[in-house]
Amino acid sequence: MTSLALPGNAAATKPRRPGRVIPGFGISLGFTLFYLALIVLIPLSAVFLNTFSMSWADFWATVTSERVMASYRLSFGASLIAAALNVVFGGIVAWVLVRYQFPGKRLVDALVDLPFALPTAVAGITLTALYAHNGWIGQYLASLGIKVAFTPLGVVVALTFIGLPFVVRTVQPVLEEAERELEEAAASLGAAPLQTFIRVVLPTITPALLTGFALAFARATGEYGSVIFIAGNLPMVSEITPLLIISKLEQYDYAGATAIAVVMLVFSFILLLAINLLQAWTRKRAGKS
Amino acid sequence: MSAVLDNVAPAKANSKRLDTSVLEPGWVRITLIAVALIFLTLFLFIPLAAVFTEALKKGWEVYVESVIDADALSAIKLTLIAAAISVPLNLVFGVAAAWAIAKFEFRGKSILLTLIDLPFSISPVIAGLMYVLVFGASGWFGPWLAEHDIKILFAVPGIVLATVFITFPFVARELIPLMQQQGTEEEEAALVLGASGWSTFWRVTMPNIKWGLLYGVILCNARAMGEFGAVSVVSGHIRGETNTMPLHVEILYNEYNFTAAFAVASLLALLALVTLAIKSFIEWRLHESRKASTAAAPH
Repeated sequence: MTSLALPGNAAATKPRRPGRVIPGFGISLGFTLFYLALIVLIPLSAVFLNTFSMSWADFWATVTSERVMASYRLSFGASLIAAALNVVFGGIVAWVLVRYQFPGKRLVDALVDLPFALPTAVAGITLTALYAHNGWIGQYLASLGIKVAFTPLGVVVALTFIGLPFVVRTVQPVLEEAERELEEAAASLGAAPLQTFIRVVLPTITPALLTGFALAFARATGEYGSVIFIAGNLPMVSEITPLLIISKLEQYDYAGATAIAVVMLVFSFILLLAINLLQAWTRKRAGKS
Repeated sequence: MSAVLDNVAPAKANSKRLDTSVLEPGWVRITLIAVALIFLTLFLFIPLAAVFTEALKKGWEVYVESVIDADALSAIKLTLIAAAISVPLNLVFGVAAAWAIAKFEFRGKSILLTLIDLPFSISPVIAGLMYVLVFGASGWFGPWLAEHDIKILFAVPGIVLATVFITFPFVARELIPLMQQQGTEEEEAALVLGASGWSTFWRVTMPNIKWGLLYGVILCNARAMGEFGAVSVVSGHIRGETNTMPLHVEILYNEYNFTAAFAVASLLALLALVTLAIKSFIEWRLHESRKASTAAAPH
């Protein structure tokens, strides 16, 4: 999920005699499993086990209460819009970075990863300052009657920022590997550029676009730091689901916080499964050509 | 302008393709570049510039004052401590996991890979919540910890734990594909020639993975120092004691002390820029070494 794309990783594994000469299998795997259990699995199981202290009726009432439902709509809706924006613009950015030359291209390429490296709280306060009614960007939007900061639109802006690198970094290597001969053949056979794009290029990059979409979407639904500053956090209007978990914790409603967390976790796991399938599809597509 | 756009600039690697690579008409090219740059300007370049502008709005003096403020310094110290503990821990884990996964075949490997990635797909807020449920006053170990007067939650250990969780996969994720790609031949050769396991690791494996390792460490460190959501849940926000830099930014911001908030934020933005610079350098090194190795050993 980070940005490094070492190409052809899984494909390069060769059949080998397991553990014949190389030492350290027991200790390295043992330590890996121990550390994984200690840091990830045991604490994570606490979330699921704690929900058993609630009755099913209580659980259901908590996770479907009006305020929580409104937060799902905002979190998932804004994440979907942000991920879709990133598919369109991230796709264009990836295309431009791979296919064209322009001054400052390498700097632009390096800065695409900024949302990965910049702490989310910094992104949050900066975007809020920019999009507030007196901010650099907000003042122009305000004169058009558009309010961004402290509205659901602000949530979309923050989530678009957070998800920006995902689509670019998944599509970029696929475009680099893509065989341009096919496009050239299509063009020489009389296909118009747009036709070539839709029939030749788009099918090649579709799995990568979808993977990038799913990664950006998954990241956006759980995002907290960059959103809370710009959202305004009005109950029923601009309150994201992770914030509800925090406010329940602050009221010592551990059961309520845990219930909402379980819903989000189940959703994340489903998305993780989808991402794994999409990545396998991307590799298959790339390997076939 | 169009001369620059016409792929004339660095005519090295794919020079033979340049003439035929661009099929679409010039106006399409220029429009796409313009759209991409406008999008990136709105979402990346302007925010980046804004951090530093806001931080320096009231001049250097106020900036320096905000940064050397006692609470800011203690936040910087805590951030450095959290990173100094969590990065080495995840480094050791990353190397061990990559060694087991890349050098050996065993059942359940793909499940293990998915589990290692898990922290990336869990909301930071839920990560914090997990540790509250385990170590909190009404959590699993809460009563026992209280009895023995050990503070984990709302104290430094909790912050470190949350940071370790959030940055858990970074080093492992970079090393696993790299080591899988390199296979085991070189290690096998060294071992057959009588080298011990340790010296094989240090003399054969390490030189091969050092750039990938550094790459993972850099990203891990950036995230460790910048983490907000998870740390926010477990920190308790005690000023001067359990505040990390991102939490300090939040407190200053909520007190409408914008200049000071952006001053501390600008330090984190600088960290991000340094991270990206080192990352680009390593990518360039990896690219060069891959080119050299494919040139030396044609398949």
